[in-house]
Amino acid sequence: MKYLNIAAIAVLASVAAAPALAHGYAKGALSIDHPWARETAPGQTVGGAFMTINNKGKQDDRLVSANSAVAGEVQIHTVSMTGGIMKMRQLTNGLPIPAGKSVTLKPGGYHVMLIGLKRPLQRGASIPLTLHFSRAGDVKVELAVQAVTSSAPMDMRHD
Amino acid sequence: MTEPDIVTVESGKSGASGLRLVLWLLVGLAAITGVAIAFGRQQPAEQSTQIDLGGPFKLTASNGSPYSEQNLAGKPFAIFFGFTRCPDVCPTTLARMARLRQALGKDGDKFAIVFVSVDAGRDKPAQVGAYTQLFGTPIVGLTGTEAQIAAITKEYRVFFEKVPIAGGDYTIDHTASVFLMGPDGHFQSIIDHDENDQSALAKLRRLIA
Repeated sequence: MKYLNIAAIAVLASVAAAPALAHGYAKGALSIDHPWARETAPGQTVGGAFMTINNKGKQDDRLVSANSAVAGEVQIHTVSMTGGIMKMRQLTNGLPIPAGKSVTLKPGGYHVMLIGLKRPLQRGASIPLTLHFSRAGDVKVELAVQAVTSSAPMDMRHD
Repeated sequence: MTEPDIVTVESGKSGASGLRLVLWLLVGLAAITGVAIAFGRQQPAEQSTQIDLGGPFKLTASNGSPYSEQNLAGKPFAIFFGFTRCPDVCPTTLARMARLRQALGKDGDKFAIVFVSVDAGRDKPAQVGAYTQLFGTPIVGLTGTEAQIAAITKEYRVFFEKVPIAGGDYTIDHTASVFLMGPDGHFQSIIDHDENDQSALAKLRRLIA
């Protein structure tokens, strides 16, 4: 409960400090900041989603899977660059969220991949996504869909 | 005059081992250069004029009409290889090219941005067109048959490989560098994925100079 309060205060504080679009979620020791996705083109069946996951607890957690009504399948991926070659791989064992740490999913690194999109992700839309954590359980978030040209959540940008 | 002889012999010996060292250094340097070129990480534009990269190609534009290097003749271009279902590195790279073009102001339209799909199976002209339109700046979106894509990627020494992912789908590992080609169609330099904007802008300015 204590952690939830801290998380709630943190979320409130970030909402107060940032422009209107800032949004965050909390459950147990976890809080999730600014979940967002890039808009996709008509016919494009795959999209990437990004966020920061904070673990304020004393025990490690793990993002094991996710699902969304707009996608046939959701996977957790990592991107690496080796000798100028981009490689994307599924994290089949999920993404560890160590105790006391924050893990940021961002372009060029970890992301949630929405596969088999039933409709394009349109700029300005809100997309439901449920994240499944091994310890904290399910966390429902709304992805804010931003322009494809975004490289960071809009509410974090200063331009 | 025996002493100088001895000295000569000794210096000759050390000269030989010195030469051997230099030769090994050259071998090492050549190996590093070879690897750097093979992986498309050539850094300074000045060095790269001898690199034979690029060339004629036959592909299809997003409106379905044939498109070749002739359509770009006389205009410098920045060419990038990817696929429309790439959720991360491809949009990041194209968005960056759009941003860099904007930063160049009215000079920004002095070069073309070309996106070539390496996903012949799924990226039809219409998909490529819808995708490139997202970026708010004119991007020449090209696709082709497997043979056509194999030909152009060989010319640009672009690596790509389909990798199956869970659920029967696939992703594609691919070279993420942007190749800058002069108005004569010859290779000029590379913008690397992890290169900063300032350095990338300097290369673009040279490209359109």
